[in-house]
Amino acid sequence: MGALSIKQVMKRYGAVEVLKGIDIEVDDGEFLILVGPSGCGKSTLLNIIAGLDTATAGEIWIGGRMVNQLSPKDRDIAMVFQSYALYPTMTVRENISFGLQMRKVPKHEQDEIVARVAKILQMDHLLDRKPNQLSGGQRQRVAMGRAIARDPALFLFDEPLSNLDAKLRVEMRHEIKQLHDRLKATIVYVTHDQIEAMTLGTLIAVMKDGEIRQFGRPQEIYNSPADLFVAGFIGSPSMNFIRAPVVRQASSVGVQLTSAAGTFHLPMVHLADQLAPWVGKELIFGIRPEQITDTVVARHVNGFAHQRSVPIDMVEPTGPDTLVIMQLNGTRVVSRVRPEQAPSPGSTMDFVFDVSKAVFFDPQTEKRAA
Amino acid sequence: MAEYVRSQSAGPQLIGRVIIYSLLILVAVYYLMPLFVMVTTSLKTLDDIRSGNLIALPKALTLEPWIKAWGTACTGVFCGGLKGNFMNSVTFVVPAVIISTFIGAMNGYALTMWRFRGSDVMFTALLLGCFIPFQVVLLPMAQTLGYLGMANSIAGLIFVHVVYGLAFTTLFFRNFYVTVPAELAKAARIDGAGFFTIFWRIILPLSPPIIVVCVIWQFTQIWNDFLFGVVFSSGQRQPITVALNNLVNTSTGVKEYNVDMAAAIIAGLPTLLVYVVAGKYFLRGLTAGAIKG
Repeated sequence: MGALSIKQVMKRYGAVEVLKGIDIEVDDGEFLILVGPSGCGKSTLLNIIAGLDTATAGEIWIGGRMVNQLSPKDRDIAMVFQSYALYPTMTVRENISFGLQMRKVPKHEQDEIVARVAKILQMDHLLDRKPNQLSGGQRQRVAMGRAIARDPALFLFDEPLSNLDAKLRVEMRHEIKQLHDRLKATIVYVTHDQIEAMTLGTLIAVMKDGEIRQFGRPQEIYNSPADLFVAGFIGSPSMNFIRAPVVRQASSVGVQLTSAAGTFHLPMVHLADQLAPWVGKELIFGIRPEQITDTVVARHVNGFAHQRSVPIDMVEPTGPDTLVIMQLNGTRVVSRVRPEQAPSPGSTMDFVFDVSKAVFFDPQTEKRAA
Repeated sequence: MAEYVRSQSAGPQLIGRVIIYSLLILVAVYYLMPLFVMVTTSLKTLDDIRSGNLIALPKALTLEPWIKAWGTACTGVFCGGLKGNFMNSVTFVVPAVIISTFIGAMNGYALTMWRFRGSDVMFTALLLGCFIPFQVVLLPMAQTLGYLGMANSIAGLIFVHVVYGLAFTTLFFRNFYVTVPAELAKAARIDGAGFFTIFWRIILPLSPPIIVVCVIWQFTQIWNDFLFGVVFSSGQRQPITVALNNLVNTSTGVKEYNVDMAAAIIAGLPTLLVYVVAGKYFLRGLTAGAIKG
């Protein structure tokens, strides 16, 4: 029995289906990320797990117990909210011990727990302050402290970092990850930020329109997206999608790409079988920006790399890499090259296309074709 | 450089100031004049009033009218001054204000933090209460009070004012609590607190600004109410507003303007006091939407 099982959970508001049958199974110690664009139902699902909202159908199991009928306080969970939800009139100490007090934990035990939590999060000096005397990051830390003090079977995080500025967000991301490693806790974490999803999660459920589009390990989702939505949502800059005719040339099957300078063929040796039925038709060819690079970076790559010369439209330096943008089959295509290899716009550059991780989608169903 | 800038703008600025202050003083005088007349008249003897003019200062100060208004002036056939009615007002205004404020807070909390199916409809229905004129509810209320056995009693007046005030107090608190993140209540629920614990320990401690607004509003409304007082009470149970009216209209012999003025000031003093004491919180509360937790 896992730490959390969600079985066929549905939620309907009148005629609107917010969740259309969610199934998730999570083991102890996993860090599950629910990620998706706003309105995908991820927060609703989290509220249902917490018991703050009720499911129209389906079951929630936490630590081997069916909790559908239990109120939030009896579910053995703790939750960290986006607005931190610290009690404004209480000090940090009172905030942390409030839940313990409600559970009638003896006073001396409360003090011990508060002291231990404060030590874990290095906030001993903040204990007697009120929330409005704390910075955003400190408030976030107190909110986590409140959750840790509960020592729950399951931690729930509802977009906890979205109110922080960019720098602090990265710091707190590290802290949450460290905390997970240290406490070996099971966490469900809702975010719309795919970078948070990739960096924090041990499991990711990508959601859209009340459905789970893909559920798996981060690397699996990154390398092998189930459909066009997942492929486009995970990764930044996002994957290039090029509508391209599948053609057989010489002995291999591949795609045909056209730039202003002419047409070229990219053979897909490893996908020959899957692509065979599509010869003569069009597919959506997906390739990530880092798989289109300059010749220097690409020197070490395998036999799936093909060098092609393409005129470039635009150059966007990001610092560590420079994004070079070209037009292929009428689509804007982003490549990632070393800054010193970036040419000036309007010139032509030799790119290496590494197709070993290329993916293909059916233009009609948007599902993975190869 | 700085001096140059200042000297250049000092001229027009000064004229602006003068205009602003003259206007403010004019308006202040306009509004303070009646009070001035009331206070001075209440301190004059009747002879002084007859011989002098309205805004003249008293020739000799006397507290006699105040003592009379408070203790011995006649309202109708009863000659015990306003002190009994003053205490009447206090005994029903204070409970009515406290009860209506408390229930309003509870309503506002339930309507924002525990949204239920139809809670918005409920709120709208409650709001309609703000627009119902007093006169409309007189007869039904009289009947209800009769059924409840509270006719012509202090309890009855408290009941009427609580019911009538609820629409306003609920509106105040609901609109204040809308600005409080609902996640607070959710977090407390997960922490194991129930409906009343959350209200008492978390929501109410946040509420002093709006409580002050609500108390001032309710106190002023209920203390100054005349219609409910005159309809739902009689004789010596009447509130001070009704007694004041009777006192002024009781015509036996000479009209004692000084006593009338003193009585009117006595009747208005508590609301004045509430504003002076809590006025700055009142303004702060009205702009309290800006507070962040």
